[in-house]
Amino acid sequence: MMDVSLTGVLLFWQRNLLIFRKIFLTALPENFLEPILYLVALGLGLGGFVREVQGIPYVAFVATGLAASAAMFGATFECTYNAYVQFAYDRSYDAIVTTPLSAEDVAVGEVLWGATRSALYGSAFLLVAALFGVVRSWWALALPFVFFTSGILFSATALTFTALTPSIDLFTYYFSLWITPMFLFSGIFFPLDAFPAWVRDVAWCTPLYHVVRATRAFAFGNPAAALRELLWIGLLAFALLPIPAILLRRRLVH
Amino acid sequence: MSVTVVEARDLTKRFGAITAVDRISFDVHAGECFGFLGPNGAGKTTTMKMIYCVARPTSGVLRVFGMDVRSHPRAIKRHLGVVHQATTLDEALTVRENLLVYARYYGLGWREARERADALLAFVELSGRADERIPNLSGGMQRRLMIARALVANPRLLILDEPTTGLDPQARHAVWDRLRQLKRAGVTQILTTHYMEEAEQLCDRVAIMDGGRIVAEGPPQALVERYVGREVVELQVAQDGASARVVAEEIRALAEAYEWDGGRVLLHTHDGERLVHQVRSLGLPVKAVVLRRATLEDVFLHLTGRRLRE
Repeated sequence: MMDVSLTGVLLFWQRNLLIFRKIFLTALPENFLEPILYLVALGLGLGGFVREVQGIPYVAFVATGLAASAAMFGATFECTYNAYVQFAYDRSYDAIVTTPLSAEDVAVGEVLWGATRSALYGSAFLLVAALFGVVRSWWALALPFVFFTSGILFSATALTFTALTPSIDLFTYYFSLWITPMFLFSGIFFPLDAFPAWVRDVAWCTPLYHVVRATRAFAFGNPAAALRELLWIGLLAFALLPIPAILLRRRLVH
Repeated sequence: MSVTVVEARDLTKRFGAITAVDRISFDVHAGECFGFLGPNGAGKTTTMKMIYCVARPTSGVLRVFGMDVRSHPRAIKRHLGVVHQATTLDEALTVRENLLVYARYYGLGWREARERADALLAFVELSGRADERIPNLSGGMQRRLMIARALVANPRLLILDEPTTGLDPQARHAVWDRLRQLKRAGVTQILTTHYMEEAEQLCDRVAIMDGGRIVAEGPPQALVERYVGREVVELQVAQDGASARVVAEEIRALAEAYEWDGGRVLLHTHDGERLVHQVRSLGLPVKAVVLRRATLEDVFLHLTGRRLRE
């Protein structure tokens, strides 16, 4: 039933790259400058009071967490607002499915593009954060791959919502009930130790928690722990990938 | 014997309880321009969508280039060019980039794509606008670019859904001119339109659809002669009940077919002058008598009625 072609997926990905090269300056503040502001305000401001967390300088603790969330936001904005505008307003997906590309090629290509943005934004943030001395290990070089994998996961969930939502106005629910809670309760700004155990159990079930842990583990040279988290992320990403493809086909092909 | 590009037999498409296309059969031959006419909701666009593999038939046979649309969508789409009714261009890209990206979808390399894009921009007279963004183009330019984009992979079949709706007369004639050139070059075309003049200008054959069925099919002129005769005599009747009754009684004997349209009676005939003469000699209570050539629009309204469609 699924009709995916690797060539089709890559051609769609290439199209998005071409568009991105023209618009990335407008996407920069939201996805890149914002996490830098958080880093400066919390890492340096709050870091003046809280020197160390779990044996790590606070600024390094926050920076690694924020890199994971910058990656998440890159993928999420791509596969919510960006994808929805092209799908519902520009109607460019309607045109593309009349070419040799299939609806599944569009969906998978869009998810892989979201993952690419995730890797770009997470890595770019990490490069800036490296100036604060937060990267302590060569294992950090594995992080673009972590962000790409987690990007598949966040893109797939975002595109699933995009394929289901009847209106662009409902994306506020996706952000307020899913993205923002993850941003606050995944151990980016503080460890979850102070909460009751069930809060940690719920957090464990959400993806960003694991991306944050994987990022820290690689950045501070603990590859074994990082790979465990990466496995969790990768398996879920792989499992979720077909869902937006099936749903987008239903919206584009009747 | 001409080659059949599209072959439909008892083609049906249902959406839940609604039957959008109801057991229609038709053939489109290589090199011809075939038009679907019909009121809104007649099933034209759904039929086109099934041909370009974006709607799946519920039952019946639909083959394009001899291939089943259910099992070979990619192979069929490789040789199609589709122009949607709405603008579906990539807004963030320039005019030329829109063509380049599309050429890549059909498997063209970058160099080939650039050559093709430049040739097509010249064809639709947009060479000077190559680096412009889409929102800066007029409606007519956007439509021409849509046509250029559909031609990027040298399609064997060009499908156009209302190609000139919303365009001013100059832009419409520019589009017609391109479509005629393509027809001369041997590109098979299928289009839908609400403009009967457009169908008469462009189409070798038309199918008139209503309620999901094809109610008439043939060359425009043949349909005119078959359904409404060669000429139409319009009688403008005074707006009082008595005149209308007198006219209604007399005309029954006069013409092969007639219909009321508000204060007018349209008489369909093969010999207009004789009919005008008869009307005059009978001394009917009419304000004016007009003789004109019958058109596809008369056929269309005759077959699909004058009731408004939503």
